[in-house]
Amino acid sequence: MLSLFAAAVIVPSSIVVLGSFKKDVEIYTKPLALPETWNLDNFRTLIDSGSIFTPFKNSVIVAVFSVFFTVLFASLVAYAIARSVTISGKVLFGLFAIGLAIPGQVNIIPIFTLFTKLGLNNSLLGLVLVNIALTLPISVFIISAFFKDLPKEMFEVASIDGANHWRVYRSIAMPLARPAIGATSIFLFVICWNDLLYPLMLINELDKKTLPLILIDYRGEFATSYSMLFTAIMFASIPMVLMYVFAQRSFIAGLTAGAVKG
Amino acid sequence: MAAPALAIYSFLYLYPALTNLLYATQRWDGVTTPEFVGLKNFKNLLTNDDLFLKILGNNVRFSLIVVIFQTGFALLFATFLLKNTKTNILLRTIYFFPTILSSVSVGLIWTFLYDPNYGFINATLKAIGLDSLALNWLGDSKYSLYAVAVTQVWFHTGQMVVIYVAGLQQIPAELYEAAEVDGASRWQQFKNITWPMALPTTAVVVAYTTIQTFRAFDLIYSMTQGGPLNSSDLLVTMVFNTAFVGYKFGYAATQTIFLVLLVLLVTWLQRRVLRIDDGGKK
Repeated sequence: MLSLFAAAVIVPSSIVVLGSFKKDVEIYTKPLALPETWNLDNFRTLIDSGSIFTPFKNSVIVAVFSVFFTVLFASLVAYAIARSVTISGKVLFGLFAIGLAIPGQVNIIPIFTLFTKLGLNNSLLGLVLVNIALTLPISVFIISAFFKDLPKEMFEVASIDGANHWRVYRSIAMPLARPAIGATSIFLFVICWNDLLYPLMLINELDKKTLPLILIDYRGEFATSYSMLFTAIMFASIPMVLMYVFAQRSFIAGLTAGAVKG
Repeated sequence: MAAPALAIYSFLYLYPALTNLLYATQRWDGVTTPEFVGLKNFKNLLTNDDLFLKILGNNVRFSLIVVIFQTGFALLFATFLLKNTKTNILLRTIYFFPTILSSVSVGLIWTFLYDPNYGFINATLKAIGLDSLALNWLGDSKYSLYAVAVTQVWFHTGQMVVIYVAGLQQIPAELYEAAEVDGASRWQQFKNITWPMALPTTAVVVAYTTIQTFRAFDLIYSMTQGGPLNSSDLLVTMVFNTAFVGYKFGYAATQTIFLVLLVLLVTWLQRRVLRIDDGGKK
C-alpha cells in the first residue's frame, strides 16, 4: 500500500523529467524508459525562443519582493502584538485573524477594479502588493506564535538597559526568530511562485507574465507536444525542487507551519 | 511598528472586502456605470440560478470526496510511517514532493496522464487488456469532477501526512505499550488510542483540506476549465467566469459573498463536530 503511493508520485515525476529529453512519440510509446538519446532540443527551443526567460525573471522578482516585505512587515506586527500588554495588541491580532478565516479569493473583483483604476494592473508591483496583503495574516499568525513562546525576560532585559523597541526588535527578537522566519519565507515563496489566480486576473501583457501564466499559454501553444510542456514544467519547477533537495527540513516545516499546535 | 503592515492590509484586504459587499448590490459589467439593484442579486442567486445550484453540488461532492480520501490516506500512511527510520523519512519525503510543484504543473502533468489516446493511464490499461476501463477521464462530464479530485488528493496528501506524523508523534508511547500488555490488537489500539488522541490533528487536517478544495481554482483552470458542461466547475471558477467572462461584476461579487459564508459555515461545523479544544493544549 505504502509503496503504491510512492510509485504514484515517482512514476509521473519520472515521466516528466525523462520526457523533457525525449521526442513526443517516445513519450507515448515508452514513457518510463530512459530516452534513446538525451535530447536537448526541447530545452534549446525554449531558451532560444526567449519566451521562458522573462516569465522566469518576473516570477523571481515577484516572489522575492513579496516574501521579503511580507516577512519584514509581519515580524514588525508580530513583535508589536507579542510585546503589547494593552488591548490594542489583541485588537491588532484579531484584525489579522479575520484574514485567516476569509479566503483571499473573495477580493478578486474589488482588487481588479481598484487596480484598474490605479493603473496597477499589468504591473509586477501590483502583484507584489496583493501578495503581501494576502499572506500577511498567516505570516503574522506564525511569527507572533513564535514570539509568544519566547520568555518575556529576554525582551525585558534589554529594555531595562535602556534599549528602545527598535533596538530590541533588531538585536534580540529577529535573530531569535530565525527558524520561524526561515520557514515562513519558504512557505510564502512557494505560494507566490506558484500562484495563478491573481496573476491571471491582473496581467495580460506578455512581458509581465509569471511562470504559471506562461505554462497556461504553452498549453495552447504546445497542445500537441507534451515533451515541450514537460520541458516547460521542468523550468518552472527547478527552483522549487532545488530548494526542496537542499533545504528539506525548513521546507517541510514551513509548509506545515502553524498547522500543529504544541 | 505595525504601520506598514496595517496600511497595506487595510487597503488591499479589508477595504476590498467591504467594497465587495457594495458591488454585490449592483448590476455592473465592469465598464459602464453600475446600477444599484439592492438585494436582487442575492435573490436571483438563491432562487433563480440553476447553474449555481449545480456548481454548488459539484463543490460539495468534490470537497467531501477529497477530504475523506486525503485525510484517510494521510492518517493511514502516517500511522505506518510514524517511526523516524531512514525508510520512513525517505517515503515521507517522496510523498511530500507533489506539494512543492505549482498547481499548473500538476494540472498539466495529470492532463497528460488522463489523455484518452496517449495518456499513461489509458495506455497502461490497454496494455493489460482492460480497454473498457480506458475512459475519457477529463472529457466526459460523468468523470471529470472525480478525475480532478484524484489529482487534488495526489497533490496534497503528502502535506497532510507530515502534519499527521507530527501530531501522532506526540502521543506517548507508554499508552501503546500498556495496551499491548493488556492484549489489545492493533485495530483496538488505533480505535481507542490513536484516533481520539489524534482528533485535534484530524481537525486541522480536515479544515486545511477543506479550504484547499474551495481554493482549487488553479487545478480546474489548467485541467478542464470547468467543463465539459460545467461538470467540473467549482464555486471559485464560477465566480471567475461570471466576472471576467460574463462581465457580471455585481453578480460575481454576490457569489463571492456566498462562497465566503459557505466556507465559514463549513469550517465552523467541522470545529463543532470534531470538538476542537480552543484552550490551547501545550
